[in-house]
Amino acid sequence: MRPTLERFIRALRVSDVPVSVREGLEAHEVADLVGFADRDILKHALAATMAKTEDEKDRFEECFERFFARDELDSSALDAIAEGEDGEGDGEADPGEAEGETDGALAPLPLADMLLAGDGPAIAQAMEAAANQVGVSEVRFVTQRGVMARRLLDEMGLRDLERMIWELRRRAGEGDRDRADRLEAGRRYLLDEARDLVARQVELFARPNAERLREEFLAEARLSSLESRDLERMQRLVRKIAKRLAAKHTRRRRHARRGRLDVRRTIRRNIGHDGVPFDLVWRHKKIDRPRVVAICDVSRSVSAAARFLLLFLYSLNEVLAEIRAFAFSDRLAEVSQTLDEAEAAQAIDLVLETIGFRPTDYGRMLEDFDENFLDAVDRRTTVIILGDGRSNNTAPRQDLLEKIYRRAKRVIWLNPEPKPFWGTGDSEMPRYVPYCHLAQVCNTVKHLERVVDDLLELAAKGA
Amino acid sequence: MSEERNAKLASVEAIRDGLATTDYIASRGIGTAVYVAAQLVKPILVEGPAGVGKTELALTTARWLDLPLIRMQCYEGLDEAKALYEWKYGKQLLYTQILKEKLGDVIAGTTGLEAAVDRLRDQADVFYSEDFLEPRPLLKALRQPEGAVLLIDEIDKSDEEFEAFLLEILSDYQVSIPEIGTVKATVPPFVFLTSNNTREMSDALKRRCLHLYIPFPDARTEERIVAQRLPDIPERLNRQLVHFIQALREADLKKLPSLAETLDWARVLMLLNADQLEIEMVRDTLNVLLKFESDIEQTQGSLVEMTRKAARETEGRPSRAANA
Repeated sequence: MRPTLERFIRALRVSDVPVSVREGLEAHEVADLVGFADRDILKHALAATMAKTEDEKDRFEECFERFFARDELDSSALDAIAEGEDGEGDGEADPGEAEGETDGALAPLPLADMLLAGDGPAIAQAMEAAANQVGVSEVRFVTQRGVMARRLLDEMGLRDLERMIWELRRRAGEGDRDRADRLEAGRRYLLDEARDLVARQVELFARPNAERLREEFLAEARLSSLESRDLERMQRLVRKIAKRLAAKHTRRRRHARRGRLDVRRTIRRNIGHDGVPFDLVWRHKKIDRPRVVAICDVSRSVSAAARFLLLFLYSLNEVLAEIRAFAFSDRLAEVSQTLDEAEAAQAIDLVLETIGFRPTDYGRMLEDFDENFLDAVDRRTTVIILGDGRSNNTAPRQDLLEKIYRRAKRVIWLNPEPKPFWGTGDSEMPRYVPYCHLAQVCNTVKHLERVVDDLLELAAKGA
Repeated sequence: MSEERNAKLASVEAIRDGLATTDYIASRGIGTAVYVAAQLVKPILVEGPAGVGKTELALTTARWLDLPLIRMQCYEGLDEAKALYEWKYGKQLLYTQILKEKLGDVIAGTTGLEAAVDRLRDQADVFYSEDFLEPRPLLKALRQPEGAVLLIDEIDKSDEEFEAFLLEILSDYQVSIPEIGTVKATVPPFVFLTSNNTREMSDALKRRCLHLYIPFPDARTEERIVAQRLPDIPERLNRQLVHFIQALREADLKKLPSLAETLDWARVLMLLNADQLEIEMVRDTLNVLLKFESDIEQTQGSLVEMTRKAARETEGRPSRAANA
C-alpha cells in the first residue's frame, strides 16, 4: 500500500494541502497503525496527521473521497462474469478443472483467472500496482486520458488477455466459446475500470494543476484587461492574498527594546524583594495594528479596473479590523457598511450603481473628505488612494491632499496607469505626487499584494 | 498501572466507549485522533468553535485515564517564568539572611577575597537547587512519575515567542533549565492544545501536533449528549430543543449557540418545568442562547415558526417509528 499512500499524499499536495516530509512519514506510520480495513477511521487518522486547518480538512475530505472511491465500483459487473462460472458446472471444482484444460494449449494467465473468479479486490490491487508502475499520477492534461488508460492496461497484461480470447475463439470448443465470451466481458470491464481510474487521477492531479496555472496567469494580468468571467476566480485569488496579508500583519506585537531600563516599573516589580532589583523591566514599544483609510476611484476613466479595485477593497475590509473604505466618482461616499453587509459581487454592483461611472472630480472628492471625514485620519492612519488621478481638468485641490499628508502617517497612491502616462492629458498625478509618501503603479494583483505588504510592514515597524 | 491504561487505549472503539463512561460522547473523529495520539505519543491540537467541548475532552481524558490534569491557561504576555519554572526569590532572600552567620562560619579563616570566593563556590549551588525551584505547569507535567494530561488552553492567545518556546517540549518532551540542565519527562504527558483560531498557529507547531477539528455536533449526537448530561430531561423536550438549536445554527448570527449553550438552555427549561417548547418560554429564555442583542433581535421575527417546526419534528418521528 505504500506507493498508493505516497500517491495520495502527492494528490493532497496538488490540491493545496501542504504535507511536509515529516507529516508524510507520519502518515505511513499512522496507516500502518490503523490499517486500511476501516475506511472511516483511516480517513480521520490521516486527516489528523496531514490536514491542519478547517479549509485543509475540507479539501482533504474531497481528495480522500475521490482517491479512494474505487472500492465501491466493482461488484455487479464482475459478479456477472463470475456467475457464468457458477452456472456452468460444479462451482468450486470448476476453475481448477478449466485451468487444467487450458494448460494444455494456453499459458495460464493470472489476469484471466482473476476475472473468471470474479476476484474484485485482487483486480483492484493489480490495477493499483499497475497504476503506480506507469505513473498515472504524472498525468497533467485532460487529453492524456486515453493514452494513460491504454498504458495502464498494457502493464496489467491486456495484450495477453486479448490473445487468449482470440485463441479460445479459434479453438471453438464447447467450453471455450463460453469462456471467451466471459473474458471478453471481463476485458470490457477492465477497460471501463481503467478509464474510470485515469479519469479520477485527472480529477485529482490535472485539474488542480490547470486551476493553479490560471491563477498564476491572473495574478500577472493587467487589471484593466481582465474579463468579467474571471471575476469569481479573481475573487478567490484576491481573498487568498488579503487573508495572507492579514494573517501576517494584524497581530499586535511588542518589540522588546533591549538596553533601555524601565526604572519605574523595575522598582515597582521588585518591591516584593525588598527593593533589590531581581527582575529587570525593559522598555517596550507597543505596535499598533495598522489603521487604514482607503479611497477608491470608481469613475468612468478607471471603469475597467474599478471592479477589481473594489474587490480588493472588499477583501481588505474583510480581513483588516480597522479600515474605513470610501468610493467616489465626483462625490465621496463611505462604503464600509455596504462592504460589511453584502456579498462581494453584490456589494461591488451596489457601489458601482450608486456612485460609479460618472465623470471624475478629484478636487471635489478631496473637499468632501476634508469636510466630512478628516477625523478618520490621525497620525497612526495610512491613507491609500486607488485611482488614475484623471480629474477632467477641474481644480485638483492638492492643498487638501497636503493637509491629509501632514496629518496621516502615510499617504499611498496606487495608480493603474503606467508611469509615462502620468501627467498627460487631464492627469493631475504630478501635482499629487509630492504629497504622497509613495506613489506607485499598480495594475496587477501581484503589484497590489506587494504594495500592501510593504505598507503593512512599514506600519508594523512604526516608520 | 500503565498496562491498564494501555488496555484502555487499545483501539478507537475502546476509547470511545471509555470516554462515554465518563460522560463524554466522542465522535469517531475524536476517538481516532486520541487513539493515534496515544499510539504515536504526539500532542493533539484541538480546534473548533467555542463551547463544543475542546477543553472538556482533555478534562475527561484525564479523569478516565486517572491521570493528574495539569492545565495551563494561555494569555498575551505569558512567558517562561509563568509557564515553566521560577526561582523562589523570597525564599532565597530569606535564607541568605538567616544563614548570614553560617556563611560567616564557612568563610571564616580564609585570607583574602579570592580564597573566600573559592570557599563559597563549593556551597553556592545550594541556593539554586531544587529546593528553591518553583515548578510551573509545564515542568510539573514533565515530572509526574505516572505521566499526566497536560492541557495548554487557548494557545492562540499566547505570543508567537511562547509558541516557539513550546516546540521543544512538544517534540521531545524535555526542557532546558540553564541552572540545572535538561529535564526530560519520565513518562511523556498526554498533551492537548486548544485553540479558538483567533490567529493562525505557526506551521512549526502544527507539524508537531496532530490536528483535530471538532465541529458542532449533529442533531443525534447532540441529543445523546444532552440526555447523558441531564438524565432527567423529558425526551420530547430534548428533541425539540436540539432541533431548535440546530435550526438556529443555520442562521447568520454573530455568535452561534454551541453545545455549552444547549446544555444551559436545557437546564433552564427544566427548571421552568417545561416538557415541550412553547413560544412564550422560548422568547423569555432566548438570552441564554444568544449573547448579542443584535442576534436576539434578528431571530425575534422567525421564533414562532422555528418553534412550531421544532414541535412538528417530534410529532413526526415517533409516529414514523410506530409505523415501522
